Amino acid sequence: MTAFLPVFVLIPAIGFCISLILPRHHERLIAGLTFAVVTLQLLAVVILGSVWLYQGHPVTDIKEIVLYRTAGYEFFIDLYVDRITMVYLVVGTILAFLVIRYSHHYLHRERGYKRFFYTILFFFTGYNLTICAGNLETLFIGWEILGVSSFLLIAFYRNRYLPVKHAVKVFSIYRIGDVGILLAMWMSHHLWHENITFQQLLNYERVHEHLAQHSWTGTFISLMLLLAAAAKSAQLPFSSWLPRAMEGPTPSSAIFYGSLSVHIGVFLMLRTFPFWEHQHIMRVATGLLGLTTALVTTGIARVQTSAKSQIAYASIAQIGLMFIEIALGWRHIALFHFAGNAFLRTYQLLISPSIVSYRIREQFYEGPQPGYTAAFLPPRLRLTLYILSLKEWNLDSLMYRLLWNPLKWAGNRLNFLTHDRVLTIVIPAYLLGVASRWYEAWLPGWLRQGLPVLFAAIGLMLVLKSFTARHKVRMSWLLILMNHYWIALAISFNEYFEMEHTLLYLSGITLAGLTGYLCLAWLNRRESLDLARFHGHIYEYAPAAMIFLLACLGITGFPITPSCIGEDLILSHIHEDQLLLAGVVALGLIVDGLAAIRIYARIFMGPHIKTYHPSAYRSA
Amino acid sequence: MHHVVSSSFDEHQVLHDLKHYLPSQAPLKDFIHHNSLHAFDDQPFFEALRHASAIFGYKTSLSLEEYRSLYHQGRISDDILLHVLTREAGEQAGEWRTRLLSTPYDDPAPPRIGALRARWKQHAAVDLDAVVHPLLFRVVCSYLDQGIAIWRFPVAEQGFLEALRTLERSSMSSLFQTRRARSLLMNSACHLPDLLGILVGDRVWYERYLFDQQFAHQGWSGLISAIEDHPETLLIPRPLSLHDLVVFECLLEIDALESALGHSWEPLSAHLRTPPEGLFAPVLPDEKSEALRLWQLSFEWSYFDQVLAGLRQLPPLPPSQPTGVSGPRFQALFCIDDRECSFRRYLEQLAPACETFGTPGFFGIETYYQPDGGKFYTKVCPAPVTPRHLIYETGAGTRNDRDPHFTRHAHTAHGGWLISQTLGYWSALKLFWQVFMPGAGPTTASALRHMDHTAQLVVKSDEPPTIQDGLQVGFTVAEMADRVEKVLRSIGLVRDFAPLVYVVGHGASSVNNPHYAAYDCGACSGRAGSVNARAFAIMANTPAVRHMLHARGLVIPEETWFVGGLRDTTRDDVVFYDTHTLPGGLDTLHAEINLLFEQALDLNAKERSRRFEMVNTARSAGKVHQQVRLRSVSIFEPRPELNHATNALCIIGRRSLSRGLFLDRRSFLNSYDYQQDPDGIYLAGILQAAAPVCGGINLEYYFSRVDNEKLGAGSKLPHNVMGLIGVANGIDGDLRPGLPVQMVEVHDPVRLLMIIEHQPEVVLAILAQHPATAAWFALEWILLVVAEPETRSLYCYQSGQLVPYHPVTRHLETIPDLAPLLASRQENFPVYLLHNPSL
Repeated sequence: MTAFLPVFVLIPAIGFCISLILPRHHERLIAGLTFAVVTLQLLAVVILGSVWLYQGHPVTDIKEIVLYRTAGYEFFIDLYVDRITMVYLVVGTILAFLVIRYSHHYLHRERGYKRFFYTILFFFTGYNLTICAGNLETLFIGWEILGVSSFLLIAFYRNRYLPVKHAVKVFSIYRIGDVGILLAMWMSHHLWHENITFQQLLNYERVHEHLAQHSWTGTFISLMLLLAAAAKSAQLPFSSWLPRAMEGPTPSSAIFYGSLSVHIGVFLMLRTFPFWEHQHIMRVATGLLGLTTALVTTGIARVQTSAKSQIAYASIAQIGLMFIEIALGWRHIALFHFAGNAFLRTYQLLISPSIVSYRIREQFYEGPQPGYTAAFLPPRLRLTLYILSLKEWNLDSLMYRLLWNPLKWAGNRLNFLTHDRVLTIVIPAYLLGVASRWYEAWLPGWLRQGLPVLFAAIGLMLVLKSFTARHKVRMSWLLILMNHYWIALAISFNEYFEMEHTLLYLSGITLAGLTGYLCLAWLNRRESLDLARFHGHIYEYAPAAMIFLLACLGITGFPITPSCIGEDLILSHIHEDQLLLAGVVALGLIVDGLAAIRIYARIFMGPHIKTYHPSAYRSA
Repeated sequence: MHHVVSSSFDEHQVLHDLKHYLPSQAPLKDFIHHNSLHAFDDQPFFEALRHASAIFGYKTSLSLEEYRSLYHQGRISDDILLHVLTREAGEQAGEWRTRLLSTPYDDPAPPRIGALRARWKQHAAVDLDAVVHPLLFRVVCSYLDQGIAIWRFPVAEQGFLEALRTLERSSMSSLFQTRRARSLLMNSACHLPDLLGILVGDRVWYERYLFDQQFAHQGWSGLISAIEDHPETLLIPRPLSLHDLVVFECLLEIDALESALGHSWEPLSAHLRTPPEGLFAPVLPDEKSEALRLWQLSFEWSYFDQVLAGLRQLPPLPPSQPTGVSGPRFQALFCIDDRECSFRRYLEQLAPACETFGTPGFFGIETYYQPDGGKFYTKVCPAPVTPRHLIYETGAGTRNDRDPHFTRHAHTAHGGWLISQTLGYWSALKLFWQVFMPGAGPTTASALRHMDHTAQLVVKSDEPPTIQDGLQVGFTVAEMADRVEKVLRSIGLVRDFAPLVYVVGHGASSVNNPHYAAYDCGACSGRAGSVNARAFAIMANTPAVRHMLHARGLVIPEETWFVGGLRDTTRDDVVFYDTHTLPGGLDTLHAEINLLFEQALDLNAKERSRRFEMVNTARSAGKVHQQVRLRSVSIFEPRPELNHATNALCIIGRRSLSRGLFLDRRSFLNSYDYQQDPDGIYLAGILQAAAPVCGGINLEYYFSRVDNEKLGAGSKLPHNVMGLIGVANGIDGDLRPGLPVQMVEVHDPVRLLMIIEHQPEVVLAILAQHPATAAWFALEWILLVVAEPETRSLYCYQSGQLVPYHPVTRHLETIPDLAPLLASRQENFPVYLLHNPSL
């Protein structure tokens, strides 16, 4: 069994790679390959799953590849299978199998046919990697793939305004989840002094021993995991992203937001349960979060007047209940609940267009159905609850106010930082910083303590500036790059470690930064660019858009360059008591991703600025 | 219309103008095709295109590149191009040819609409649409919702603004963020000029501002305007006017501005240094618009010229069927719908002794219909007609089968907990079935459901007639005789009745299709035509009716029997009604004819399948038909059928005028015998119905095809059903009126060419008497050609004159066998002569 475990990740991954090179207009080939991949996966799951069951469903863990090793640090891909993995694997494969078959006809002749299928395969790869992951690092790679493929599928209709706007919105919330995991990884390095596998968490004595010594650390890790899970599974206060993600073709909404993607938070909770099982704060927090979410979103679901958002909120409420189930320790019920909910919502979404003829007929023969009125409440409370539910408890504007507005506010405070000043002040300052690193021993102790935070803050400032820039596209791009250099400098003051770590961290980022810069410079010679509006250049420059997207992924530490490992490694050099530094760096990384994807969206996506072909209304 | 910038603001006039320009699409269940640019139909066609494009930013024709590529594919003929250029540009034809083929032209300028309101963003950095639209749409949709929400809008019966006031007054929360907007709603009468005074300032700009505001979401505004005009279209009544929508939107805008800018903001006109260009200022033709016009004419005439050449080349058929032709003799009446075009051809080919006729598919019976157990009445006649009669059904079986996946309990927390862990697992199996073995179920919208074929129809009235809800139940003998006579005379079926006369309506079946009503019979207000067809047969078989017709000189022999039926255009299936009442002896004949219908249906399915890329047309007709049937029940099939796509012609005349031409399912066919109607009295009636119905269908397809994003509904794949009344993309989007791309992608955007068989002077006289109908042709929204019946000379209608037309095309190919041709490719075919069509 052990030897077969990688198959579940490799089949979709290889399928994804092949799908990239298929001819764009050959529908039969594209759909055929995709279907062959999921069929193969289904066979593998059935056969190997049966063998595994026959063997008495052993918990299996294999350490696949060590990607990087240095003293006290090891970044390795680890795969793992247990009941949770198997249930997620079976449900995911069945749904992918059915939905891909469905899409073969449904997507016929649609612009972006190939893109749809390879993004689905990419997603499926990420999904399988996440659920088969044996440690947080492996899980994080899959998790990132899920985020990016989500972004691409929400913005499938990339030349319309709302899909792009919502894709960026969802990406920003996913980014919070990402940083939750990053910080959890950072702290667990300090807790265990190694990269722990999930299997080791099953060792109760060991977990208990560590947590007894560092209860605060344990709580921090758990809460970060809860944050990540809540963001990914659309729990409060993030819930409003889920209905807004339903911008792509119906089958992609069904498989992503109806079923698989949205239940990944539940998976994370189930997977890490042994770690926080004995942390009462965490169990109470999880249960309360689930309860509040279920109560609030069931109200919102009741007032929804669109077929898809009704299903979305109904699904969130169920996931809230799953969080309660997990908090209560009813993990098997949660698993059973997950599978049923995933199937149900997928099917409901797929047949949602039928609701018109169905309900109209129902009313025609039976008259209007009596509605829900919340009669148990006094009238005043009833109407209050109705308005709040109608406004989704202001969750969407809350996200805007809590997330975007402060960042924008901060970015706009930095208007004094003109681009000339960046060049004339920040770069010399950086050189000064590098030089002082050389002569670190001569610096007074208080300065040495403060410098890392200061440098990280400068990096954060630059990337905030980039995030709010409205002109100077290339400069904004370089500011993102500079943030990483400042972070590297900041950490290098923090602890003595080898230059090699810094190089590992900066290598991929620099490469991506240069690629992106060249891409923008090339485009800038052909079109006028700014960041104040959408340009939709992907309509004419699809290859450039693809290269730039890869550059964006690279510069944000996506696992396509060694920087992904470097990022984790660099973080491990922040001490566990340096919460401020970790916070500033983490915030820098969040904004960094937002700024990069914002540039990509503004330049390449949205309504095309040229008027020679039909384009949709902004409100459409 | 009168448009000058004036300092007065006439609220009623402005709202009236707005309603005129907004899309006028009814809720989904009452989808009816109409001219998307109906607001411009008082202008000549090309002038309207120019104006609509400059004002609202619509793309109103194909692009130059598309025309050029059609030219290079040979689909725009060089001969026709030259012909058109010589006619239109005279001496300069050569220069124009160069321009058309190679001159580059600038991209269109940004539209005028929205330019004024965009200043908020420029001057105050407030993106009003982004803040206002989501809440506006959500509140309006909740108010109008017809049955998606479990918790419906409270206090809705009070009217929109009053309901909002109650909601605000009796709750602890508010829809608004600021006190100012809320207090305007609660403590003022919300006069529009007052609100606009706050927002806009200078009265001069009020009208412009409202156009900008409402056209930023023309889907919702248009639907609300349609609901205001036809409140009965909602099964759950919801009084809502465009005025109330505008008031609420203005309040939300004030709220957004107040919240973003604090208390000290100035109205928009204070920021207005350079006023935007007048919205309705005339748009003068330029070289590019002229080039597009010439291309469009060349494109249209490349096809029309072949059709007309075909009419000239057809060997004249004897006006009535020759004796001695083998096979059963029968007559069949169908709808004029273009989807019947090929089916009639196959029927005639298989049964050479049969005659087929086309007449609008409500068969002259304008009535409401109440199915057994139905709580409402359904109109089954053309939309503009207001019927005074009611036909109802008795003895039907139940047809409200349930699908538990639509249960409202699945959306509550506790119900969902139970349902997801029980029904949820069943869903996986259900999905497996639906994907691999599609079959009909409760979710399917089936043509047969409209009327149960085992049930009875009450068509005849009591003596004296009963009145129910202001409608007369059934028809009196005289009323029945009137309707039967009118239809038979208008199609020229007044003698030589065959023993069996079929009256076949049509309907469609599909699943997962919010636009299902657009697939049914337009002449029956988007319903199946089964009730009308069956009622017509019942009327025509009534002895008292025949007796009365006899007295009027229309003699239907006693041996003749009418049989009503319904053809499912998606599945290519047919059902016949009341066949158990067939007089003795006719059963066997009917059984024989039924077999012919089955064969014709197979062949028709095969012909249709050539447009479906995923069906192999080369297989046997029976097998292809089976695959075609499957499409109507497959939840993953966004193109169950292609509906009216490729429609281009409407032929009004005897069947002999076009029988023998292969028209590739592109023609509406309305039977008409000029000999029965020398003064054109029936013709006038036909034109009054056919011009708006066929013209409306044709123009909606035209505009949805050339600008699928703004005038069409875009791709249907991301559509989300809003309140059962419309579709939007995602959850925050505006409604998308018009047709989705899957319905129109194979359509060639050409105007309708109407061909009338009659004496030119009679046609001119009719047009002179009916100016409203004549405007369609005079302003060239529909093209008109008159075919002189005796000589088959052709006359083209140009600026009020009928000018002789001589086709450029000299020779049309004759096709001995269609089958190999059909399997050869998907695109439109040229016109062919069919080999010996009478055999």
